[in-house]
Formats: sequence, structure tokens, C-alpha cells
Amino acid sequence: MRTLTFAQALNEALKQEMRRDPTIYVAGEDVGVYGGIFGVTAGLLQEFGEDRVRDTPITESAIIGSAVGAAAGGLRPVAELMFIDFIGVALDQLYNQAAKMKYMFGGKARLPIVLRTTCGAGMCAAAQHSQSLEAWFMHIPGLKVVVPSTPYDAKGLLITAIRDDNPVVFIEHKMLYGMEGEVPEEPYTIPFGQADIKREGSDVTVVATMAMVHKALTAAEELAKEGISVEVVDPRTLTPLDVETIVNSVKKTRRLVVVHEAVKQGGAGGEIVASVVEEAFDYLDAPPKRVAAPFTPVPFSPVLEQAFIPSVEKIVAAVKEVVA
Amino acid sequence: MSIEPENLLWMYTTMLTIRRFEEKVGELFAVGKVPGFVHLYIGEEAVATGVCAHLRKDDYITSTHRGHGHLIAKGGDLKLMMAELFGRRTGYCKGKGGSMHIADVDLGILGANGIVGGGPPIAAGAALAAKYRGAGQVAVCFLGDGASNQGTFHEGVNLASVWKLPAIFVVENNMYGISLSQTRSMRVQDIADRAAAYDIPGFVVDGNDVIAVYEAAGEAIRRARAGEGPTLIECKTYRYRGHFEGDPMIYRTREEEEMWKAKDPIPRFQAKLLEMGVLTEAKAKEINDRIVAQVEEAVRFAEASPWPALEELLEDVYTVAA
Repeated sequence: MRTLTFAQALNEALKQEMRRDPTIYVAGEDVGVYGGIFGVTAGLLQEFGEDRVRDTPITESAIIGSAVGAAAGGLRPVAELMFIDFIGVALDQLYNQAAKMKYMFGGKARLPIVLRTTCGAGMCAAAQHSQSLEAWFMHIPGLKVVVPSTPYDAKGLLITAIRDDNPVVFIEHKMLYGMEGEVPEEPYTIPFGQADIKREGSDVTVVATMAMVHKALTAAEELAKEGISVEVVDPRTLTPLDVETIVNSVKKTRRLVVVHEAVKQGGAGGEIVASVVEEAFDYLDAPPKRVAAPFTPVPFSPVLEQAFIPSVEKIVAAVKEVVA
Repeated sequence: MSIEPENLLWMYTTMLTIRRFEEKVGELFAVGKVPGFVHLYIGEEAVATGVCAHLRKDDYITSTHRGHGHLIAKGGDLKLMMAELFGRRTGYCKGKGGSMHIADVDLGILGANGIVGGGPPIAAGAALAAKYRGAGQVAVCFLGDGASNQGTFHEGVNLASVWKLPAIFVVENNMYGISLSQTRSMRVQDIADRAAAYDIPGFVVDGNDVIAVYEAAGEAIRRARAGEGPTLIECKTYRYRGHFEGDPMIYRTREEEEMWKAKDPIPRFQAKLLEMGVLTEAKAKEINDRIVAQVEEAVRFAEASPWPALEELLEDVYTVAA
């Protein structure tokens, strides 16, 4: 099968969906002429024109808010928030407006909105361009939260997101854009709420998201040399969360480590661990562990930034602790 | 501008319907039948009415926490509104929204809104959908003087301007954001002056004169339908009640209130219609009696309606694929 980068896979998903459905449009900062600062929307303007590929001013509230109004008016916006860190200036339009409208209106609103955004550290972009804030969105009923880790998942999940009739926050880790992987040419969907077992194992379950999936896989490779068999589970969507697959894995391995790049306190890991403890407490042979960033803003200096990001070594150490 | 008598009577009837509905809601709130927060539109009826007189069913509006008047003027059903205010399952939102979130998407009413300034970006988006569809629809954003200080107002109007969207931003300047007077919340006297920042037309209108509102809105909506872009209309008006029912109103004088009550938009318009011969005292009484009966019917409907079933708590969070 041919390979694409993560960014190319997203780009192909956008193009194929826009060809299929003329009500889909893309709007955001530098998505048109520039093709997106990470190149995800490259070529869209040339193919679909200015009506459907809209460069916006730097106006995050209006980017999200106009997507809400346009969706209520029958379009299917794919809005881009350049960095997830920028949600702070625009959160009301997402969490008070988009997320709640259907419920507040007694079920009558249909809001097919995709909000694409980038997260993550690794580019020395410092504290306001590097955060992993996925847990914020998990806390809001009415939103779906998608966290792809591979080019294959990125394409399939984005197509599913665009076809979904709910507001979907689609989070792309910026260090994954250049990663290559096999991606089918034809459009395909990946159902939300269906975790993917990225590596099968029997001694410990490692649940990891986005860039951390790959570190978990590297850690699993190293641990295999020492005779420790690691199962790596990628939830792929945090809302809905496939608790069943995670719990079934833990019932098999009897041990759990959760890895994410977001700070540990209040992170998705707490929710995942709590769900497993609620449903499979008696199966656990060791206390679950979380490997996550420390409770600090993301530092700038490459030395500090690398210390902030959970490492393969830390995952290996955590696994060894739970299997000890 | 010459206005057809039937339009004049529609406006008179609509303003009076809003007034009687709101008076009844105030009464019911006082005796505990309407839970939650209630913000009444009494005194501002000419604004919603003069604007919505031009709107088609498929035009959009975004409303505010003080939204009952907009909904009625856009064609909202009194029974479904009242049932919603009572928190009943027959209400517009099945009892899940209440006063601040009443919506009827089928009538283009994209919701009252509990967030001051929540509407402008959404209205810009609805206007974008309208432009995209190319069927001559418009989106009207109602907002208050207080909302015009929010960043979302700037972002919504700017986007509508730069994309030349068929949007009309109608500022209902009732001079107070809860307790803070306009003179203490901004340096400009006329919020319409802010239109210059977006290179769009801005008009100041006597918001207690429904004909003045009708004429300004007519021009703005004509421009929007013709693809000439957005307009900002500031309607100077006054809320006769507090910000919410129960507001002690220690921030304004009784003299000021009396001065504005002398400019009450409904008696003013009624006098004009009587003078024009469009209305007679007998006809006015007949209209009033009919509205009172409709409002009473709405109350009976609401009171007789069931509460939501408890399992409905968990419904309507997400749209489930068919």
C-alpha cells in the first residue's frame, strides 16, 4: 500500500469529503493561500475556491462562532483553530454555544462542526503553543474528542468527524504531521469510540494517545527484549471513550499504565484509570500508574522541553514498576 | 415610506402580544410558577417588531437573555414558549432550555442566549450559510448595549463586514448593562458610531418608535438581501422592568423611568394608528381582548402540560446517526 504523511492523510480526507459534499467548507487562519501553517489544507483553495476555503482574520471566536451559525444554517464547517492553546480566547463559542445548543434546544439543533486543531510539545514553541488540552474538551457534554496517532487513523477519523452531526474537536499532534504510514486511497471511516490495539501483549496494558502511542510502542519493543509483553491500546477518541476495550485488555493483563503528554493533574489518564478501577478493580494485580507531564507550563528550552515530555524511559520504568 | 395597513396592524398586534405575554410572565414569576431567571422585554417591543416585520420565515435571528420579544415577533408560538418557561416537556426545548435558551430552528430562531455577546459570531455564521445558499436570506443579530463591549461583537461584525455577509446587527440600547449605565461603560454616545470601525453603515434610531425602527431595518435588510453587506442599527430604548424580575433598580431614578414611560412605544403607536384611521378604539379593544385570551390559553396549556420524564435528562446531548 502507498504511504502518506499524517498531514497528507488529513489533506486527502478533506479533499475527498469536499468533493463528495458541497456543503462542506473550510475556514480558519491561513488555511487558504498559505495552505495551513502545517500544510494540512494545501491545494484546497485551488481546487474548491474562496467560497469553500475561507481565510479568516485572526478571530478565533468568530471562526468557531461562525461555524456554529453556519452549521445551524445547514452547512458542514470544518473550522481550524491554529493551535489548541488559542481556545482560551474563543472557548465560549465552543463550550457554551456549539456543545450545548442541541440539548438546550430540546434536541432540535443539528450542528455538524469539525474543529481541527494542533496540540503538543516538541518544537520549542513554548507555553502558549505546545499544550495538550484534550481533557478540557472531555469535560464538556455535547462535544466529541478525537486524538489520532497514525496517518491511517487520521484519515479515517477525520472523514468520520466530517460526517458526524455533532461538534467534534479533532486534535492533531504537531510532531506527528511528518510521520509516514500506509493509507488507502479510497475514502474510509473509523467509528468513534472504538479503541485500537496497536500491539498485543499479555503482561501489562499501556493506554496511550497521539504521539505517546509511538513512545509506548518503542517502550514495548524494549521491554519485549526483557521478556515483558506489553499491550498498547490507543483509544483514538476520548469522547466517546471505548472503556470496554481498555477494561477487557486489563482483565487479560491485570496491569495498567496510562500515558499522555498532557499534565497529569486533571488529565485524561485520571478518567481512564478511574473507569478501569470502577469496572475491573478485582482484576488488578498492581496499582495503575500514569505517565504524564509534570504540573508546569510547557518550557521553551529544548533541554527543559524534553524533560517535560514523557519519555520512553519513563514509560519503561512505569511498566517495570507495575509488573514488579 | 408608506406602509400597508395590514403591516401596521401586524406591528401593533405583535407589540401588544409581547407586552401582554411579558406582563403575564412577570405575574407568574412573582407567584413562583416560572422558575429560574426571567428578563422581560417590556418597553422594548418596537425594536423586535419593527425589525421582524421585514423577515421571512427562512431568515435567521439570534436573540439574547431578554429574548421573548424577538421570538414572538419572529413567529414563535405562545403556548410552546409559555410551556418552556414553566419547564414542561411540551415547551419549545422540552423543558431543557428555559427562558434564556428558547429556540425554534424551523423559524430561523437560533436561540435566546444566556451569554451576553454570544450571538454576533453565530449570526455571522448563519449569514454565511445564507450567502452560500444564495436564496436571499438574511441573519439578524439582536444584542444589547452591554454586549457591544464584548470582543465577540467586534469579531462577529468584523467578519460579517470583511466577508460582506447579509447580516444586520441590531443593538437594543436600553442604557444599562444590569446596573452599569452606558455612560460608565463606554465613551461613545452612539454605539452606531462603532460601525465606522468596520466600514459599514450605522444608524441611530428611536427604538420606541416602531415606524422609525421599521424604516431603518427595511433599508438594512434590503442592503443585505442585495448583497451589499451588513448594517449596524442602534435602537435607543428603555426597559421598564429591572434587568431581571426582582431587581431592586437602585441604579436609576424613578424620574428617569417616568420620562421613558411617557415615550411608551405602544400607546404612541396606537395614537398614531387611531389618527391615521387604521385603528379604532373598538378594534383596539378587540385586538387586546384576543391577545389576552391567547396568553391565558398559553398559560392553561403550560399548566396542564406534563413535566419532562426523568429519563429525558439523558437525551438530546448528541445527534445519533440515523
